Amino acid sequence: MASRNTIVAHVEDRPGVLARVASLFRRRGFNIESLTVGHCEEPGLSRMTIVVDGDDHQVDQVCRQLFKLIDVVSVQDITYTPMVDRELALIKVSASNFNRREVLDVVEVFRADVVDVHAEALIIQVLGDEGKVDAAVKMFEQFGILEMVRTGRVAMRRGTETTKPPAISDSQQAAAAIRAMLGRRPEGVLPFASD
Amino acid sequence: MRLTGARILMECLRAEGVEVFFGYPGGVVLPLYNTLGEYPDIKHVLVRHEQAAAHAADGYARVAGRTGVCLATSGPGATNLVTGITTAYMDSVPMVVLTGNVARDLIGRDGFQEADITGITLPITKHNYLLMRASEIAPAVKEAFHIASTGRKGPVLVDIPKDVFIEEAEWDGYPQGVSLRGYPIMDVPREEEVDKAAEIINAARKPIIIAGHGVVQSEAQHELVEFAERSDTPVLTTLLGISGMPEDHELSYGFLGMHGHFYANMAADRADVVIGIGMRFDDRAMGRFSDFNPTAKIVHIDIDPAEIGKNFKTHAPVNGDVKETLSRLLPQVELNRHPEWRAEIDQIMDQHPTDYVEEGTELSGPWLIQALAEATQGESTIVTGVGQHQMWAAQYYPYTKQRQWVTSGGLGTMGYEVPAAMGAQFAQDEPIWSICGDGGFQMTSQELQTVADHNLPVRFAIFNNGFLGMVRQWQELFYEHNYHSVDLGQPDFVKLAEAYGIKGVRATTRAEAMQLFRDLESYDGPVVIDFQLEREENVWPMVPAGAALSETIESAEDL
Repeated sequence: MASRNTIVAHVEDRPGVLARVASLFRRRGFNIESLTVGHCEEPGLSRMTIVVDGDDHQVDQVCRQLFKLIDVVSVQDITYTPMVDRELALIKVSASNFNRREVLDVVEVFRADVVDVHAEALIIQVLGDEGKVDAAVKMFEQFGILEMVRTGRVAMRRGTETTKPPAISDSQQAAAAIRAMLGRRPEGVLPFASD
Repeated sequence: MRLTGARILMECLRAEGVEVFFGYPGGVVLPLYNTLGEYPDIKHVLVRHEQAAAHAADGYARVAGRTGVCLATSGPGATNLVTGITTAYMDSVPMVVLTGNVARDLIGRDGFQEADITGITLPITKHNYLLMRASEIAPAVKEAFHIASTGRKGPVLVDIPKDVFIEEAEWDGYPQGVSLRGYPIMDVPREEEVDKAAEIINAARKPIIIAGHGVVQSEAQHELVEFAERSDTPVLTTLLGISGMPEDHELSYGFLGMHGHFYANMAADRADVVIGIGMRFDDRAMGRFSDFNPTAKIVHIDIDPAEIGKNFKTHAPVNGDVKETLSRLLPQVELNRHPEWRAEIDQIMDQHPTDYVEEGTELSGPWLIQALAEATQGESTIVTGVGQHQMWAAQYYPYTKQRQWVTSGGLGTMGYEVPAAMGAQFAQDEPIWSICGDGGFQMTSQELQTVADHNLPVRFAIFNNGFLGMVRQWQELFYEHNYHSVDLGQPDFVKLAEAYGIKGVRATTRAEAMQLFRDLESYDGPVVIDFQLEREENVWPMVPAGAALSETIESAEDL
């Protein structure tokens, strides 16, 4: 069964890196649901959260192919690890004196924020995981959505575990760390771990 | 010391020990050509088409076991390299490709002869660079050679704008090392993976090895033979793995795949353990994936972690360099004997031998390769194009030495045979035999001029049946004999050779061919030989497209 998977990649902050990643997804026929990229705690590196559709075998291939790109420093599939994932949406909802109160009730239920007010419209900022944002969007539809933008997922592992790439100091150690990261899935799920 | 970008580039090539590179000049690389005279130790070979520069660098790399280098100007020069780069990429050949580009201020403005070659080659290079400062050249070239020649090898492109060749930068020697955080060397396999593989191999009753290009690239023939002997495992190769296993060895059972040896395909299909070494379970080798020996356990040794589990479920993946992995695996492999299994394959081999025995006077493809093998004592380096002649050369020549076999396997590039053989000839003195199709030869025959310029002793043996033979074979077998666009007109190849100042000869019978082989022993210049073959000979055996290895057929009657 295809499902949504969350992959975190650290890449060198260089021109063309996004094109390399996009080109790889296109060429291998992998289906990107969303890709979010931005700075991280380490200068010189960018952190990508990539949501892909696919079965375990496909996602394992995505990670391995991604890591082959020279500019990709680390890749981790965190689908099966405890994590926090968030998405932000800005939704411009049609709202006038007649129904503004109703709209604001929905805003309150979703603990969303009104970030812009106009006589005929509101911009509402919704923050949460994908399910929450989906639900909010559905509720606002009844008032008329004039425009919407969603950021796509960003995600982080819970607890002290991180997705940070290994330091480069020793090539052998780096290789070991990378191998340990690749295909981080429960025993028996890996396409090659079962008899 | 301050040097221009052009000089820095040449200093880098010198520091890398580059002896020869293949190129074609043009507007934006003029500053570079302006400095070539100062570097006489780095031989520049002027080709007649940029595609040939890439194939020549590829052929040189495969035979020399070193990184090949080619150069082209911007725009059309760069795009002409694309087929050659893709060929090298598909077969993991180490290559550094240098291109010029328009001056920096014209980039992105559709300048004259501008092409976004780094964008174009994204999916066909291991990595590529567009350098915007002369100070970036030395570190980038160092990285390019490092990336091209380590791990799973491949082509790396370095694109340099015209004014960067002219700009000056500080040169304080070639960089000592590289710092590539996203590119750790993964040569050494994990212990637990080696243990698991050894466990499966030791328990095997009908094991088979499939040796791929990785064996040749890692130069692990010695380790492969030792491993096979110790575990008493028959060895098959993939098309590109040919020459990785000495074929005169009793454990050598040919190559498998669409036109592989019958017994090789059967052995792969009946094995209980398949040990893939430096290969990628390609569809042409394995037949229909879903029906490839479903009960076999698969051990897969490969340098590229992305190849593990790509096409098949693998029971014991081992990610590491072939030579490194085999030397770690060897002490764990128990001395074993599989007399019944060997006898089973030997019996298939006896019933379905590959020796061509048909009597006659007409030239047949298999006969010609066998005769060539005899004339050259099986010691020549063979370069081929793509098609029937390629398959016959794979099937009937007895390869024993690593790097003795050069062919475009992954991409299947027609026209490869002429420039690749030319480039390969720069890596060795003994004459190279280029086995050509009459179709492929017409694609790149302009390089005969380059061959003549350097008086290279390449023997271009055109397997001339006047057809695009392999396509014709498919039209005959699978498209009801409906021949279309396969009956090739052609020039008089002997006269063509002579027009280039090259010896041209023709053989139409077996006796003439034998005589020719004898005559050529004492000739050390280039030769074009027009071998006129029977026109509608087919390549057998064959696994029809989409069929399984177990469905290998040996004649049209089996269809």
